[in-house]
Amino acid sequence: MDNLLHDLYRNFIEGNRYNYILSGLGVTLKVTVFALLIGVIMGFLIAVVRSTFELNGQLKLLSLICKIYVTIIRGTPVVVQLLIIYFCVFAAVDISKTLVAIIAFGCNSAAYVSEIFRSGILSIDKGQFEAGRSLGFSYRQTMFTIIMPQAIKNVIPTLGNEFISLLKETSVAGYIALQDLTKAGDIIRSRTFDAFIPLFTVAAIYLIMVLILTKMVAVLERRLRVSERR
Amino acid sequence: MSEDNIKLNKDKEVILKVKDLVKIYGENTVLDGISEEIYRGEVLVIIGPSGSGKSTFLRSLNLLETPTSGHIYFEGTDLTDKNTDLDLLRQKMGMVFQHFNLFPHMTILKNLTVAPMKLQNKSQKEAEAEAMKLLKRVGLSDRANDYPSQLSGGQKQRIAIVRSLAMGPDVMLFDEPTSALDPEMVGEVLEIMKELAKEGMTMVVVTHEMGFAREVANRVMFINEGKIGEQNTPEEFFEHPQNPRLKDFLSKVL
Repeated sequence: MDNLLHDLYRNFIEGNRYNYILSGLGVTLKVTVFALLIGVIMGFLIAVVRSTFELNGQLKLLSLICKIYVTIIRGTPVVVQLLIIYFCVFAAVDISKTLVAIIAFGCNSAAYVSEIFRSGILSIDKGQFEAGRSLGFSYRQTMFTIIMPQAIKNVIPTLGNEFISLLKETSVAGYIALQDLTKAGDIIRSRTFDAFIPLFTVAAIYLIMVLILTKMVAVLERRLRVSERR
Repeated sequence: MSEDNIKLNKDKEVILKVKDLVKIYGENTVLDGISEEIYRGEVLVIIGPSGSGKSTFLRSLNLLETPTSGHIYFEGTDLTDKNTDLDLLRQKMGMVFQHFNLFPHMTILKNLTVAPMKLQNKSQKEAEAEAMKLLKRVGLSDRANDYPSQLSGGQKQRIAIVRSLAMGPDVMLFDEPTSALDPEMVGEVLEIMKELAKEGMTMVVVTHEMGFAREVANRVMFINEGKIGEQNTPEEFFEHPQNPRLKDFLSKVL
């Protein structure tokens, strides 16, 4: 018992090492939240472009570009993308590592989110489009008034899972020496030569965040379902 | 256009005119050059074997199906012209589908008001007052705040009909409106359609309900293999069919 207390003291209190964990957690949250924002907005736009082409035949070129983008992003590891954006794209620019990570994870997430939205849109019965168009709604009005609200409701659980994997995926940000939560644990390990306590602490913090996110998604899902009492 | 049609409708105003309508899916010619006129106030019932092109013909009238070639004129405007504001004209053409296609994420009231509010700039109050009147007419005013999933098939179809009526259409297109219904619910939907016909609504109805055709139609049309096989008044059509394919078809369904 004394040993454990001593180890905890050495890993977190001595030299105020808990600050690594706190600031690392802050960085991880910041990167996740803003990457999520980019991912959802970009992913939504990509999905609209691609499904417009698939349903309507319009936006052919734009849709092709989006398809290539999604193929490349999904076909390469996120760590490689992160390194390319840091060392190649922004090589000559003085830019914060946090911002680089946000852009890299945001662009990565957009590809996956776009596929989620796209499958949501395409899963809506064709009759819904026809009913909208026959009433006189334009393609765009039909999309935003009738299709999207149903599609978004259907993809909330899948989208929630994507958010959760994004949170965990940001743990590779250490590759560009960004001091996120994972890196914080690793820094403490290298100072105290104790791997067990810092790494398990980091793992526990991730787990707690994931559990909170899971709960939030479930609540949101239930609330959205209220409008369709079956 | 056939001589029969001219005889039946000689003094009426043309509301829909179809000219050389062709629809080809891949190798399959679904509509093989149909020309026809539909008149204001008439009830035209279209029958035919499945795969004959009758639904495609109906769905071409408001361009839900894009014709491969040919023209559709609605109240004098060519719908197939690229410069035509199709969305604006579709507001005047109601359509009722086999599978209702109510919007599941909206209440019944919202289903009826969403299009008038967004497309005709009606205030919520005005749209809702009109919607309630329509709901009362089909005996469903107590369901205004329910969702479509809480309704029976027959109720859904009655709502779908008044959803179209809320836009104040000049013509109503019915695509097998009772085919997806349980038998005991067919009557309530046909009843509403009969009332509409009595009020003088122009209606084009694709259906298998021969009783409805006999009783309500001004004109019955038989479509077979992408062409109009025969058309006539219901009496002549059912009592003295000429086309051998029609005779064969009637002997199977009557």
